[in-house]
Amino acid sequence: MKLLELLGYFNYWVFAVILTVGLYAVISKTNLIKKLIGLSIFQSAVFLMYITMDKVEGGTAPIIQAGVEDQIFSNPLPQVLILTAIVVGVSTLSLGLAMVVRISECYGTIEENEILDAD
Amino acid sequence: MILIFGLFLLSLLVITAVAIVRTKDLFVAVMLTSIFSLLMAANFFILDAADVALTEAAVGAGVTTVIFLCALALTGDREKPREGGRGLALGTVGVLALLIIYATFDKPRLGDPDAPVHQHIAPWYIEKTTEYMDFPNVVTAILSSFRGYDTLGEVFVVFAACIGVLFILGVSPPRKLLRVKDSSNGLRHHLIPQVVGRLLIPFIVLFGLYTQFHGEYGPGGGFQAGAIIATGVILYALLEGEDNALRAIPRGVLLGMVVGGALLFGGVGIVCMLMGGAFLDYSVLAADPVWGQQLGILIIEAGVGMAVCGALLAIFHAFAARERMS
Repeated sequence: MKLLELLGYFNYWVFAVILTVGLYAVISKTNLIKKLIGLSIFQSAVFLMYITMDKVEGGTAPIIQAGVEDQIFSNPLPQVLILTAIVVGVSTLSLGLAMVVRISECYGTIEENEILDAD
Repeated sequence: MILIFGLFLLSLLVITAVAIVRTKDLFVAVMLTSIFSLLMAANFFILDAADVALTEAAVGAGVTTVIFLCALALTGDREKPREGGRGLALGTVGVLALLIIYATFDKPRLGDPDAPVHQHIAPWYIEKTTEYMDFPNVVTAILSSFRGYDTLGEVFVVFAACIGVLFILGVSPPRKLLRVKDSSNGLRHHLIPQVVGRLLIPFIVLFGLYTQFHGEYGPGGGFQAGAIIATGVILYALLEGEDNALRAIPRGVLLGMVVGGALLFGGVGIVCMLMGGAFLDYSVLAADPVWGQQLGILIIEAGVGMAVCGALLAIFHAFAARERMS
């Protein structure tokens, strides 16, 4: 029982690890595309945390079935927030990639230190 | 059983994330990102978020990967090794990870029905969906009606990001550069992708339309449908060449879809105001408030689908056109 209780936190630990792995890529890598990949990993970790919070024990996806009494539903609200955030995430990511493409055309490189040297 | 499967998927997720950051080959990193998204979608599904899983699978594993690959084609796919300076970053994120893990012990454990997040407004949403809209999918109800303001804002963010990409990369390539390279035949010479693609594309688009119009009854809605249809058309562009895809859906139509979708959403809100209700209060749209809600949700979901599909395709074509110019 003690072990199961601890496993109840496993999702949050994975969230913490993925979040920091993404953050590591953002602060430590010099390649701009790698930084953006790190940023999207970071973002996915936040999504995972929200969706973890929506789960209710014995619950099911929040789609009401007619004629079935006493159903338990998982919380639909975090799902709505994350659903829209995923689509917004891809559009902002492509905006970032467009800027990287322009930087690469102007400087001939996408390594941060080389860009700083060129300036 | 489902618990063990969840642990397995989450562990794979961590391994994939570490592998993405460690690899020096950006092409490999992008491919691993696609796998990462699929694993994430499976996790969402286990956690009862069917709508979110559908979105993540279509957007994360499909569209994001293609856009990353387009950008890689323009910038080069090798990451230069760097010397030193890693210790400080590793130390910082290590401490941060430990801090967050320490903080999670104060959180309610997974699936706790008494957690504060389940006590607030969510039960009200679940209770009132049948009364106000009379359809089963609570996620769609919240997305398009109860919290319609949020969704309108998100659609305008997608719209703004799309406009931003088009401004940075240019709407269409300058005339003199147009005929430089005419070799974008896609994968026309490869038999297997050709045959498989021909078989798959109609069903991908059909499934997209199903998700669009069945969103009130099952997992789905405008966001998912837009992304799925965009994936189908992008697959067509990869197989048959970008020109043929643009001939099927010209750039003007795509931009019209982005602008039209966003305007349709906002326009429904204004019509609601003109008919005597509040902004985005669909109950006034028909004599029966439930019918009004359903009508309003149908229209704004169509607007969302158009805007998302158009925006993703316009972004893809902007990158692809840039690639042919250079």
